[in-house]
Formats: sequence, C-alpha cells, structure tokens
Amino acid sequence: METRSYEKYFRQNRLPHLWCPGCGNGIAMKAIVQAIEHKEGWTQDNTIIVSGIGCSSRASGYMDFDTLHTAHGRAIPFATGIKMANPELNVVVITGDGDCTAIGGNHFIHGCRRNVDLTVILFNNNIYGMTGGQASPMTPLGKKATTAPYGSIDRPFDACKLAEAAGATYVARSTAFHVQHLVKMIEDGMDCKGFSFIEAMVQCPTAYGRRNKIGEPAKMMAWMRDNAVMKNAWDKLPDDKKTAEKFPIGLFYKAETETYDSAYHRIQEMAGVTA
Amino acid sequence: MSARLMQGNEAVAEGAIAAGVRFFGGYPITPSTEIAEMMAKLLPKVGGTFIQMEDEIASMGVILGASLAGKKVLTASSGPGISLKQELIGYASATEIPAVIVNVQRVGPSTGQPTAPSQGDVMQARWGTHGDHSIIAISPWSVREAFDLTIKSVNYAERFRVPVILLMDEIVGHLRENVELPAENEIEIYPRRAPKISRAEGYEPYAPDEDLVPNIANFGEGYHVHVTGLIHDETGFPVGSPKVTEDSIRRMHEKIERAADEIIEVQQEFMDDAEFAVVAFGGTARTAYEAVLNARAKGLKVGFVRLITIWPFADKIIAQLAKKVRGILVAELNYGQLVGEVQRAANGACLVKLCRKYDMTIFEPEEILASIENLVAEVK
Repeated sequence: METRSYEKYFRQNRLPHLWCPGCGNGIAMKAIVQAIEHKEGWTQDNTIIVSGIGCSSRASGYMDFDTLHTAHGRAIPFATGIKMANPELNVVVITGDGDCTAIGGNHFIHGCRRNVDLTVILFNNNIYGMTGGQASPMTPLGKKATTAPYGSIDRPFDACKLAEAAGATYVARSTAFHVQHLVKMIEDGMDCKGFSFIEAMVQCPTAYGRRNKIGEPAKMMAWMRDNAVMKNAWDKLPDDKKTAEKFPIGLFYKAETETYDSAYHRIQEMAGVTA
Repeated sequence: MSARLMQGNEAVAEGAIAAGVRFFGGYPITPSTEIAEMMAKLLPKVGGTFIQMEDEIASMGVILGASLAGKKVLTASSGPGISLKQELIGYASATEIPAVIVNVQRVGPSTGQPTAPSQGDVMQARWGTHGDHSIIAISPWSVREAFDLTIKSVNYAERFRVPVILLMDEIVGHLRENVELPAENEIEIYPRRAPKISRAEGYEPYAPDEDLVPNIANFGEGYHVHVTGLIHDETGFPVGSPKVTEDSIRRMHEKIERAADEIIEVQQEFMDDAEFAVVAFGGTARTAYEAVLNARAKGLKVGFVRLITIWPFADKIIAQLAKKVRGILVAELNYGQLVGEVQRAANGACLVKLCRKYDMTIFEPEEILASIENLVAEVK
C-alpha cells in the first residue's frame, strides 16, 4: 500500500472531496500530483491548476497550488492567458468529457492548433455526472443516459484522434485501472513542450455504470483492465479482434514543434521589444 | 508630444499601452477591429502579448487568465461580440478579476448594421450578464477623451477589481481628430493591488480591504489562491450558505456604490441660467452640444449635460438637475434606454422627454433642436 506521501499536494481542509464512492476522479487527480512530484523544477508555487465545470473540474479546489475553477468549457482559454502572460509557470488543465468536447470543443481544437505549452488532462467518465447523468459527446453508442433513456444514437468523439488531428504535439490515453501507466503518460506529457493531451478514462459508477448495468466500481475497473490494449499490441491486433469494447491506451502521437509562447517571443524580438 | 491625426479606436490602443496594458485577446468585429490591429502591432514592442482567439468567449477567457497571472488586460468588440463575452464578464465580476472591455457600439440587435453607429448597448453594458453584479461603464465623446478614458478604465478595473466597459460608439471609434497626447509623467497609473500580509500571517485572498476591495495575489507568487465562479467566502472557497451569499453580493455592489460620487463624472455647460437641459453621451453628445448652442442663439435657456460615466448612473446629479430645470431632453441613438434611468432619477420633478434615432444614421443638430423646441413649447 502506498504511503500517504502526497498529502502536501492537497488542501486538507477542503477534503473529503464531493465525488461519489467508487468514482475514478480521485485516482486521476492523484496521478497528476504523482507526475508533478517526479518533475524536476515543478513546485506547488510555480504550477497552476486550471479547470472547467463538472465533476472533474472540482479537483482544482482540492489541490494546494494556485488554482482556477473557470466557467464551463473555458479552462483552455484561461490557461492560455496564464501561460502567455507568464511562460515561467507550469500550467495544467483538468477537464471532463462534456466540458472539453462539448461546450469547450472549439477552445479544445484551437488550443491543440495553437500549441501553447499546456498539459491538458481529460477525465473521461462518459457522462455528465455533476448534473445527474446526461449523455455527453463521449457517451458510447447505445449506452443509456437521462437524456438518452433509450440509448445514445449520437456518435461519440475519440478525443485523442481529435487532439492529434487538431495539432496537439503529445497525445496519450490511460485509465484509472492502469495507475502507474497513467502517471507515466501525464509525466511524459508534462515533459513535452507544447500542447499535451492525456485522456484519463475514469469510472462513474453512480451516473453511468448503474444506469448501464455495468456494475460496481471494481467491475468497471476490471472492464478497463480487460479491454484496454497497449498501443504496440493494438497496432498488431487484427481488425476482427478490435471489437467495439476494446480500445488502445498509451502514447498515440508526439511531435516537436515550436510552441506558441516561444514563437511569440520571436515576434517580440522582430517588433524590437524595448521593455 | 506633438499633435497628430488619430482615430478614436487608435486612441484606445495608445491609451491602453500608456495605462500599462500588456495583454490583449481579441476577435475581429466591425467597428472595433482597428483596436485589435493596433494592439497586434504595439504590444510586442513593449514586451506585451497580443493573441487572436478562436471566438469572443475565448478572447474574454484568455485576458482573465492573463490578468490573474499579473498583467493589465483589455479586449475590444462590438454588440454581438459583447453579448458572447457576457458569460465571462459575469465571471470577472464574481471573481473580481481586473479587465477592461471596449464596446464600439453598432446597430443591433443581432448582426444589425455592422458599420453603422448606435448607442443601443446602454443596458447591455449594465445588465448583459446574468445575476446581480457590479460594473463600471464610461463613454468618451472625442478622440483625446477615448485615450484618457481608456487609461481611466484600466485604473478603475485595477482599483476596484471589477470589469470596466469602455462604452464607445462607432461615431467616436471612427472619428479622426488632431490630438496631442499627454506626456508619460502626466499620466496617473493605478498599480496592481498586492497582498498586505503573508500566508503565514493568515492571508485570505478575498478578505476585503478598507475600501471593500480584496487584495488578491497574482498566480505564481506562492499564495496558493483558489479562484472560482461559485459564491465564495473570504478564503476564496465555495460556501453554500445564505449569509455568505448575501454578504458576497452586497460587498460587490457596495465597493462601487461607496465610491460612486468619485466615479461619476458629468460635464455640465450653460447651466447657470438654464430652464431646460439636454442630456446625452458619447458621439451623440457632440451633436447635442451643437443643438444647445443653436437653441441658445435663438434665446432658449438650454443647458448641456454630458454623462461621461454611464454606470453607476448619475442619480444624484440628475435628481438635482430635475429640480432645477423645467424640462429635460434625453438624446440617444437608440429606441430609448438611458431615458428610463433619467426618468427614474428625476422622479417626476420635471418633464423628461426622449429624442431618439435608430435608423443607422447619426443625429443632425436640427433634429435635436426641433425636439428642444417641442419640449419648451410643451412646458410653456
């Protein structure tokens, strides 16, 4: 069992958190501070946590850094402003599937395109949890939600493919079951200069699992264990084995491209910066 | 500095730089685009940052993030864009993040008449975002004043930690005048407020200072501040209590109300013998001034009252005015917005009439003069 060595990263007086028993958000939140702990030079004073609105985004309030709980979908523009105003800061965005790919979808793709040096972690629970279980753009086809009582007919986004197509320079996925792998994916994303995107699949037993008869939190995590396929193995998997339930995890894309903040520094020099 | 021909929008950009604005986020929209274009050129020269965002909401979000990281910030747009920004104008109000929003008004609603002047956003400036909130809105009538009021907007935003709307109109935005700008040492700058005590001494980011405004630390200074749009107490963390909710909303209003006499600026001319008064603001006030001169040439005792501060509204000044004169004419380039406030403040002490225009053209002095003559005839 892990010692409680990460307590200093949390605001003890804000705990316990409001997430339901068995929720995966706490695992993803801890994975972020574990990644930060491994990062040389990243401290609680020079790292900023920015979130949107929803279950995922309550994480910012529990984390002992400068933290910003923005409006629904708007975390990436705020984070862009922080990083561009002070490039010395490390800026981490915590968002959810509804926050990032629905109401914040435009900010998400343009954040990827612009390539500001941010680390964006999407807690994907496949549902709007905070409002009680409505379908999100990442609710799988056929799954039930309060606004899709007969099963969702809206084709879901693959946020990783979206991020890569839009220009993110680091794209990875992991799950709440694969904790050490998740930490590694986040840490590598933090190492990568540019817009890094990590999808953290998390279980929502209350608003998603229960309604879809997927079972207890442990069963939802067992499902992640049984269906996640490491990227290398996934690439070798014949198409007929890539069933609807199976999904790849790992690093999907990485590139070295000039970040927006360093490109803007060039602009300042071209303009003949005097101050 | 020598005089130079300058456009109103250009004066806003120059004023912003002079005020210490070092971050601009924007999105193209007529008739405010020149401000963004100027900022794109000027900001990198002074080590500042210009960023064109994907939409108006993001433009507002990016400047609020930059403000929290310690920069003085400004964005500019027009009616339709301001409507989109309203979500985060409310956020800035609730979280007390200093920011200036320039609205170069055009004809609405919706896409309306994009290149034509209007003053139809008087109420949007005050009530555009949801919920009870405080705001300051000021409106220039000349190119030089566009420069000066931009600086004032930035100073108010920093001092009161409130969103400030610089309520321009297309008339002033696209007006070109020969102006002489003040020297740097003639410009007063309000610095970013800073914490007065350390974390160890019990610093609370939303604890109000004597003027009811909190001294919120910038991000990256080690204070571990939490900022949220949820109703929060002095620690900055959300609290679901009726008392905290009430105290928080009251303080946001009182910090402005307390300073209202200082914030509210009104220009009054020819009031000594005035029996009537014309109330106007922004570009329309230029025409109203001409109309008042023409009326006085005809022997009518008419005064001129120009509201520089639109919000908070000049209640006391209008109440006194209504007791002094027999009739007030409100000239505005819309269907009638400011007039309701003037009537409320006048509280029946004199007749208040509206001179309105909403056909995408500006007033002619004769139109306002005719309305003055009608008012005089009605009272006599």
